Amino acid sequence: MHAEAVVRKPLVTGGKTVHDVTDDICKRVEEKPAKSWLLAMAISLGLLTFGAYAVFRLVWDGIGSWGLNKTVGWAWDITNFVWWVGIGHAGTLISAILLLFRQRWRMSINRAAEAMTIFAVICALQFPLLHMGRPWIGALWALPLPNTYGSLWVNFNSPLLWDVFAISTYFSVSLVFWYIGLIPDFATIRDRATGLRQKIYGTLSFGWDGAAKTWSRYETVALVLAGLATPLVLSVHTIVSFDFATSVIPGWHTTIFPPYFVAGAIFSGFAMVLTLLLVTRKVYKLEDYITMEHMELMNIIIMVTGSIVGVAYITELFIAWYSGVEGEQYAFLNRVSGPYAWAYWSMMTCNVISPQLFWFKKIRTNIAATFVISIIVNIGMWFERFVIIVTSLHRDFLPSSWAMFYPTWVDMGVYIFTFGLFFTLFFLFAKFFPVINMAEVKSIVKATGEKTDK
Amino acid sequence: MKETKKQYWKGLEELTKNPEFEKNAEKEFPEYLPINGESEGTGASRRDFLKLMGFGVAAASLAACETPVRKAIPYLNKPADVDPGIPNYYATTYVNGNDYCSVVVKTREGRPIKVAGNKLSSVSGGGTSSQVEASVLSLYDKERLKGPELDGKSVSWADLDKEVAKQLASAGKIALISNSVFSPSTLAAIDQLKSKYAGIEHIQYDQVSFSGILSANEKSFGSRVVPSYDFSKADTIVSFDADFLGNWLNHTLHSKQFAQTRRLSDKKKTMSRLYSFESNLSLTGSNADYRSGIKPSEQATYVANLYNLIAAKAGASKVSAPKLADTAVLTKAANDLWASKEKSLVVSGSNDENVQVIINAINNLLGCYSSTIDLAASVNTRKGNDTQMVNFIKSLNAGNYGGVLFFNCNPVYDHALGSKLAEGLKKAKFTLSTSDRKDETTSLVKALAPDSHYLESWNDFEAVAGKFSFSQPTISPLFDTRQAGESFLAWAGNSTSYYDFLKNKWSAGQSGDAQGFWDKTLQDGVIENTIEASAATFSADLNAAAKGLSTTGSDIELVVYENYSVGNGTQANNPWLQEMPDPITKAVWDNYLTISPAMANELGLELGDMKTQLVTLTVGNQTVKLPALVQPGQAKGTVGVAIGFGRTKAGKVANGVGVNAYPLISYKSGAQNLNVTSGVKVEMSGEEYRIAQTQTHQTYMGRENVIQESILSKYQKDASAGRSQPMISTYSGKEKPGAISLWSGHEYPNHHWGMTIDLNSCTGCGACTVSCQAENNVPVVGKEEVLNRREMTWLRIDRYYSFDEEIVDSKGGALAKNAAMEVAAAENPEVTFQPMMCQQCNNAPCETVCPVAATNHSTEGLNQMAYNRCIGTRYCANNCPYKVRRFNWFKYHDNDQFAENTSMNNDLGKMVLNPDVTVRSRGVMEKCSFCVQRIQAGKLGAKMEGRRPVDGEITSACAASCPSEAIVFGDMKDPNSRISQMLKLEEGENGPEVKEPRAYHVLEELSVKPNVWYFTKIRNKENEKQG
Repeated sequence: MHAEAVVRKPLVTGGKTVHDVTDDICKRVEEKPAKSWLLAMAISLGLLTFGAYAVFRLVWDGIGSWGLNKTVGWAWDITNFVWWVGIGHAGTLISAILLLFRQRWRMSINRAAEAMTIFAVICALQFPLLHMGRPWIGALWALPLPNTYGSLWVNFNSPLLWDVFAISTYFSVSLVFWYIGLIPDFATIRDRATGLRQKIYGTLSFGWDGAAKTWSRYETVALVLAGLATPLVLSVHTIVSFDFATSVIPGWHTTIFPPYFVAGAIFSGFAMVLTLLLVTRKVYKLEDYITMEHMELMNIIIMVTGSIVGVAYITELFIAWYSGVEGEQYAFLNRVSGPYAWAYWSMMTCNVISPQLFWFKKIRTNIAATFVISIIVNIGMWFERFVIIVTSLHRDFLPSSWAMFYPTWVDMGVYIFTFGLFFTLFFLFAKFFPVINMAEVKSIVKATGEKTDK
Repeated sequence: MKETKKQYWKGLEELTKNPEFEKNAEKEFPEYLPINGESEGTGASRRDFLKLMGFGVAAASLAACETPVRKAIPYLNKPADVDPGIPNYYATTYVNGNDYCSVVVKTREGRPIKVAGNKLSSVSGGGTSSQVEASVLSLYDKERLKGPELDGKSVSWADLDKEVAKQLASAGKIALISNSVFSPSTLAAIDQLKSKYAGIEHIQYDQVSFSGILSANEKSFGSRVVPSYDFSKADTIVSFDADFLGNWLNHTLHSKQFAQTRRLSDKKKTMSRLYSFESNLSLTGSNADYRSGIKPSEQATYVANLYNLIAAKAGASKVSAPKLADTAVLTKAANDLWASKEKSLVVSGSNDENVQVIINAINNLLGCYSSTIDLAASVNTRKGNDTQMVNFIKSLNAGNYGGVLFFNCNPVYDHALGSKLAEGLKKAKFTLSTSDRKDETTSLVKALAPDSHYLESWNDFEAVAGKFSFSQPTISPLFDTRQAGESFLAWAGNSTSYYDFLKNKWSAGQSGDAQGFWDKTLQDGVIENTIEASAATFSADLNAAAKGLSTTGSDIELVVYENYSVGNGTQANNPWLQEMPDPITKAVWDNYLTISPAMANELGLELGDMKTQLVTLTVGNQTVKLPALVQPGQAKGTVGVAIGFGRTKAGKVANGVGVNAYPLISYKSGAQNLNVTSGVKVEMSGEEYRIAQTQTHQTYMGRENVIQESILSKYQKDASAGRSQPMISTYSGKEKPGAISLWSGHEYPNHHWGMTIDLNSCTGCGACTVSCQAENNVPVVGKEEVLNRREMTWLRIDRYYSFDEEIVDSKGGALAKNAAMEVAAAENPEVTFQPMMCQQCNNAPCETVCPVAATNHSTEGLNQMAYNRCIGTRYCANNCPYKVRRFNWFKYHDNDQFAENTSMNNDLGKMVLNPDVTVRSRGVMEKCSFCVQRIQAGKLGAKMEGRRPVDGEITSACAASCPSEAIVFGDMKDPNSRISQMLKLEEGENGPEVKEPRAYHVLEELSVKPNVWYFTKIRNKENEKQG
């Protein structure tokens, strides 16, 4: 286990003792659901139900119930997909990369961030599935399964197939990583519980015995998984960006996409982590665990990745001009000044200008400002994907086919469906799972806190 | 085994104890059966048992589900000439009112499914039009009458005949109303009817009348005929609002003739020049080298001035004509006409006999009557007499007619005085119609004697004097209908069948093998005799004609026109036509008021993405409300509206689509006048409206990788004029885009199919698009879905406007340049048509991105779709630079939501489906297949005969239908094929190289290497910039 130097500023404030940690976190699981939780859950389920109806209409009537057309074959579906996948990235980054770099401050946020990753990837997965014309066979045929068609195999040239591998790997590694981390905490809950609850958490904790050997294995597995997950942080969004980068469409066919997408993903992921944690922290009174320092560090990451994204936007414009390619130049002029210019400038404002406010310490340590900007960033990142997908497609090579895209209520409904799904899962998690990694946090609690001194 | 026992052996292998045989001898199935999996020889394991049982239970329960009943009944006795899967072809003749085409009909299992041009006919030239292509679907129209009716009650033909004979005998004065009838046998039958009932008077009218030309020729040459025009012989053509490429007279043939003069090759580096003076932007105007927008009231002035210009050169006397402000183009036209004397042609679409007399005089001075105009080969398809028809309606209202018989016509709808006629009909004692449906006229009559569809009938036609074309049934009548000719004979008391009547008539004059002659006639479908032209002497009073010209105009003038899809509205209930984009406006499922951009500004018309507003059009005392469509090229001060819409009783598809423009047509001194030159008012109504268009961006944004064009003088100096040849910079210098590739390319061991499209020959008519729809079972999706930009057409014709002025504004930079290029609203743009379908790329971007390899490459260069494998990610469509892939957004077949898609949503309509082409399911991608089913059929046919396919034997549906032969399909592996010759294919370092300088790939720089080549568009206009 880790030990924290005495001279360091404490990562957990309020002079919490090890026992306080157990109490503070387990209490949420053990107590009766709060009214605020019930209300939030009701709203989430409402969104989920409405969304499920939209999904039903989509699958029953056909993709035509979306606003897509002969020219724009992807719009909200793939925008939402990339957006959700991007959001997931922060969790993996926090738990894997920051673990490898021994950033201890991550310990009080990694559980929630990882949960967010998994739920975001689940939401993201809905879109590749639902956007298919024939999902009932597509879900199977997109996998390299043996089949009765002789030598017929999937097309390994297709970036969509790479997506299948990238996302499924990402999801399984993240899930395992998250669950392994939960085991000691489930055991803690089990040890405090009685009756049915004890049975359930007992099962969930896989018979954790807390022996030194077990802890040693636990740490080794965590390290191995962190090693596995680290390249995924970079690879998943790189591969997602290949969907566009390997195509011929002006505005898609761009070599800058992999780093640009990864930076954007981390950018949006941290924003989402902030949004969720600011609420959780307030509701569950976890201010001592998730401190202002966490906010500040995350805001700095947002500022840095936001700047990277901004540079990427400007590079794209420069290259379009510098390339001398007519189609490419038009694609970017059209982004800036065409019928979807409002989306482009929304993206620019939200993603490039708003994070620059974090240069001011006052702003990056202000909870309200952080909350607002974290939401603005995610709106901006949604527009980024919308701009890339829709404005590139709607006016490509042959002007005869240029068309506009107008979303329908089903487009919105399916997006709402994933919100409902995400928050339902997240609230279930917040209620029934320990939202902070107790076992790890205990290692950074100062041995001589204010309370123990007294 | 005891030695004494007899041995029995099944074969030598057993006797000789062949070890190989012994090993398997005990098995029921000696060969390997995969049923046992890897546990071969060990018998079924418990797991196998469970697997098999699981499968058995699943299979049994699936089999227990009710299988749908398929209504396919096998032949009990197979007809001699119908083989399942083998098509039969019959030569017949498409006639619909005054529209005519000699055709060959493909039938499968006794069902006609596709119409193609009859190459033997010199009257229709082997091509078709959209109307002809779509007519096969009209056969399967559910709204057709199912049998004869009397006073709304179904009766038998015998009862009907009795009643008709009784009524005709007692009705007194009877009018037989029809469009132009040019079937000699039908006319003979009508004559028999007339001789039986003396009171019958046959009155013919045409929706768009040519009575002006008829009268003018009567005055000029003493014969009331419409002559044949030969545009192929004309070097200079001047057209005053005569849309000879679109719908004027024999437009299918004219397109072919005109294309002949526009085709360029190393041997022929000259082409004709076309001047067009017109109000609406027509197909002819779009293809003109010089187009001037004029008001209809100005036409007479232009014609008279042209006459004076020519007369000055010819030394003939001038006529009095009002002065023209700007005569630059007209003078140029006159100079060209005179320079190509005897190889020129002036035509006018005016129905004013005075204008036509002067046109005749011009042609006479130019010596056209011995070359480009043939008075002897008179065209019989437009015989309508306006005065007679108008007088009939008046006198019907006066109660002078006791009976009216409508022979396949619908004047209540398609005559300007239709409403009066409807009132007058109440005064007639007996009324009858032979129309195929209860249309606007038929629903008002007492007796219905429905005629069979042309594909169910026998007949002969003489569209041009001496040139006969025959009809034979390709299917027995679907309903209890009877050919009108047979009805006439029956009512005349002649009990011969129409078939015998026809055959006897034709066999009568034959000495020798009458049956052989008849069989040959039906096989060819045509008999063509040439009538020697006699010298024409022009003898009209020119000054009188000039005085009779009406030149008074007003601020807004209305031009009523016939569009290229729905036409005059007789086939309005055909969804293929309703959804065919108008070649010019690209609008579907509507008619609209075409207004100039200037007028749109004046009115303050607000436009959005396919959004416009309704305007109120007032003509005299009539008011209609219809949407405005801003049409670049619309002459200033004019508006246009198409006839053929606003049907109320044509059927579910057509009813309520657009507004009826026939009542707006006026009559001037007895002649139909499509132009309204006074009393026209256009006002905004403030109501929003959406017109569905398949193309909403009108210019090609100056993109030379899309459209490459030049002018003749430059082409003559350098055949590659107008070509844009992109080069890619590499480490070893500039290279052609095709020279560098990530891919190793495909091998084409046997065939390599390709296509060339000559932008110079393509007139944009759209026949190919309907042909493709019919051949490939392409669904109709309806107006709402076209508004959603989801039309399913595999083949579209892109129409781009352009103008010469330099629009690069150095001050505004790229933004301003783009903004300027997005505006198509030049007053008088040039037009380019570009048929666009799957380019069958050799390096196809769609193929690499499909996750399940549903779209892949064939060994013959085709980019093929396995619909069954497609999971519908639409990635291929996104990555298609040509945007030719079409997704099945909904289930378009057997779905009430798409009832207008009649070919897939009712049992009758489904008979038109091509059984060789899958009807695609919801959620899969589709696109042009280069008519792979035709390629396969052609290859199989050749294989059966033990030979290679001959060039021209295999062709795509679009190429087959093209009246101007702009599309050529063929095997690029065959060095002697037409396509190889055209492209001048030569073996190069990296495979075959195209040496034809005009041939180019759209978006060449992408190096997707299409198998479709476009030939540059060359306009025959002067180089004004001298650069």
